[in-house]
Amino acid sequence: MIRALHRWPGLLALALVTVLSLSGAALSVFPAAERIAAPQAEAGMTVATLADRIQGAYPGVDQIRRAPSGRITAYWFDQGTPGAAVIDPATGQGAASADPNQTQRWLTNLHRSLFLGDGGRIAMAVGAAAMLGLSFSGVLLVTRRVGGWRNWFTRLRGPLAGRLHIEIARIAVVGLVLSSTTALWMTASTFDLLPGGGVPAMPVEVSGEAAFAPGQMPLLVETPVDELRELSFPYPADATDVFTLKTDQGTGYLDQGTGALLAWTDLTGWERVSETIYMLHTGQGAPTLGLVLGLMALGVPAMGVTGVVVWLAGRGGRPRIRGNQPAGRAETILLVGSEGGSTWGFAATLHAALSRAGQSVHAAPMSAFSPDRYTSARRIIVLAATYGDGDSPASAKGFLSRLATLDHAPGAPVAVLGFGDRSFPAYCAFAKAVSEAARAKGWSELLPLDTIDRQSPQDFARWGRGLGKVLGIDLELAHQPVLPATETLTLISRRDYGNEVQAPTAILRFALPKATLWQRLTGAAFARFTAGDLIGILPEGSPVPRLYSLASARRDGFVEIVVKKQPGGLCSGQLTALEPGQTVTAFLRRNPGFQPGRGKAPLILIGAGTGIGPLAGFVRGNSRRRPIHLFFGMRHPDSDFLYGEEMPVWQDEGHLVQLVTAVSRGARPHYVQDALRNEAAEVARLIKDGARVLVCGGRDMAAGVADALADILAPTGLSPAALKAEGRYVEDVY
Amino acid sequence: MKSLLATLALTTALTLPGLAMARPVTLTTTLNSYGGDGAYLALYVTDASGAYMGSLWMAGTKSKYYEHLTDWYRATGGDTAQVNGITGASVGAGRTLEITLDLADALFDAGYTLHIDAAVEDMRDSPNEVAVPLTTAGAGTPVTGRRYIASFAYDM
Repeated sequence: MIRALHRWPGLLALALVTVLSLSGAALSVFPAAERIAAPQAEAGMTVATLADRIQGAYPGVDQIRRAPSGRITAYWFDQGTPGAAVIDPATGQGAASADPNQTQRWLTNLHRSLFLGDGGRIAMAVGAAAMLGLSFSGVLLVTRRVGGWRNWFTRLRGPLAGRLHIEIARIAVVGLVLSSTTALWMTASTFDLLPGGGVPAMPVEVSGEAAFAPGQMPLLVETPVDELRELSFPYPADATDVFTLKTDQGTGYLDQGTGALLAWTDLTGWERVSETIYMLHTGQGAPTLGLVLGLMALGVPAMGVTGVVVWLAGRGGRPRIRGNQPAGRAETILLVGSEGGSTWGFAATLHAALSRAGQSVHAAPMSAFSPDRYTSARRIIVLAATYGDGDSPASAKGFLSRLATLDHAPGAPVAVLGFGDRSFPAYCAFAKAVSEAARAKGWSELLPLDTIDRQSPQDFARWGRGLGKVLGIDLELAHQPVLPATETLTLISRRDYGNEVQAPTAILRFALPKATLWQRLTGAAFARFTAGDLIGILPEGSPVPRLYSLASARRDGFVEIVVKKQPGGLCSGQLTALEPGQTVTAFLRRNPGFQPGRGKAPLILIGAGTGIGPLAGFVRGNSRRRPIHLFFGMRHPDSDFLYGEEMPVWQDEGHLVQLVTAVSRGARPHYVQDALRNEAAEVARLIKDGARVLVCGGRDMAAGVADALADILAPTGLSPAALKAEGRYVEDVY
Repeated sequence: MKSLLATLALTTALTLPGLAMARPVTLTTTLNSYGGDGAYLALYVTDASGAYMGSLWMAGTKSKYYEHLTDWYRATGGDTAQVNGITGASVGAGRTLEITLDLADALFDAGYTLHIDAAVEDMRDSPNEVAVPLTTAGAGTPVTGRRYIASFAYDM
């Protein structure tokens, strides 16, 4: 709901708010430039002195104005010819032209009215209102996504466009709210919707004398130049006219014959508020604030572009489901809880495969859950993503509450499949909540809860085979999550390990594919990658890509992965049989969640078997000599000590501070979690001092490591879960 | 170019008894290229003693800027009722404002003076930009303003 309130007004108002923010950002420079360029009055100078000096230089002066920047302008008539100049207060002489800056005038008119008069002013006010509304809906969305106010500046994960959108928004939103609110106030003021002030009534009684020098007038002697707004001189030869003084405080009239104050009116509260708002909006009188607001306004076009990309990606990610059956006739009900749309892609694959197998299938968003309509249903399958910190995704709103209010669970058994990213602490939390709610309701289970990590096609195919077994059909789910453009990689060298311990493993090194100019400019495909990113390999004979962690970065000059031959594995079989000169088809997928990050904090890298790949890549790339402690589990040092040749070199070069190995074959099997426990004191100290932990390897190993760390950290009051929430404990498991 | 026909709806001060006779008068104001935004103009009449009698036209619709038409604002206290129904758009640099009004015969050759105050955003306020006595002989004779008005004339 909020998402729709953010998206549609955002797309509609995009052009308007872009013009508003770009012109506003350009205008924000002028107050600062004026402040720097304008000759300033010396401290403590009075209006009397200033008026005296200017009158000395320009006897025909009829008005002196001071802008909030401190710029003083005088207007005079010299034998009937009007003149004006910016004044140097030190001399009273003209220092620069007083003509308005034409660029600033053009930008101002564009900014406030699109050169369209009152209609344009109203359009721009609508733009400002849209910006304010987008700011509020955006704040709600960000708060929901990061899991509360306190996490406002938390680290973000996910696709680049979405992250950029939020990175900019959470800083710029302050300025945008301020600028749009003040804009609306100023529009209301322009259209006389707010009370204004007034000037005092013209005094009836004046002395009738003339020629009292303004330099002697008591009020002008008391008033510092800093408070001056405007001083108007009486008409020459009109003894009934008066001096008019406007200051920060109010407006008054002074007798030209005696210098006495004839009348005075203070600024009203409304006027003061309006002036403050004018200052906050324009930066006139607050040039630094103006520049900051201008910079923040520049975020608007950037958010426009990234917002459109997020929207298009979400749209493109939701495929059309062909041959969807009505809810009342379908044997299988597919309920989809998707945030960005990628889960719909999986649903479409499942829908197509089940339909091919002769099933009648109805797919619907989880929010449309209505069990009384599923009269022919034999089973209900729930595909559920998770939003943020365990919330329901957009298309699953209301599902849990509807399930809770049912009298009894639906008769057809349910299978829940969660979609998520294991690097999030709340991995598949919503799917787990759905599964628990179903169990609490007594809903019979078709399949136990299962999860898909990072849209893994392998995970999905594995789950599909399980489903097929239960249904008694052969179900092959070949899901291709919008496959990126692939490249051909040529193997340049291979090193073999582990044959003696029945774990044939190879370090495969491929030549860097040539990047096109466009790829280099945009950092697309293999033009930019680091260790820990993923490579998708398309094996011959299967459309489903397999993901491997990269053990090298672009600047290493090659693409390296570590592959273990799985018994009966299609892709690992082909890869481990690859000879130099042969090629594979591959694409790159970024994995920003599994990176050491910037900074100098120590790193604790923990891996076993092929999990050493990205960790070795981090060590190899550690030219800044960040302290790295590597825990590596293997079977036997004589057989599968991957990167065993490089390790001493890396230690000598300072890339690696400490290497701890665990050997699982032998009299006393020793695993990497055991190695951790042996170093408990050191590990706890490092983590207390801010170390980051990266774990790569099999799921069982990762669980063992998490348990070991929980025990090690218990005395310090920390926990792996707390570290995960901080982004200091990340896993890449398979 | 603005051509407007407005029946003079002046304040009671101008509708004295005996002023039943009236004739259409065209007021033509041409601005010079002063290089700023649209000018606010107040056209009004004072009697021989300089006392404000009534307004003929207000070019500019945002009353919050009227205080910059200094003399008119002082004379009227900024009372927008003075220009109710005789208000139009501000006049751009280099443009001409042409208004036709029915003015009482008795206003001519009786010591009345027509004034124009002018103001432009971020530029000088120019009260009493133009001050011409209303005489039948002076009709059709253009005068020049002090800062913004290239020529002003009234034709009968």
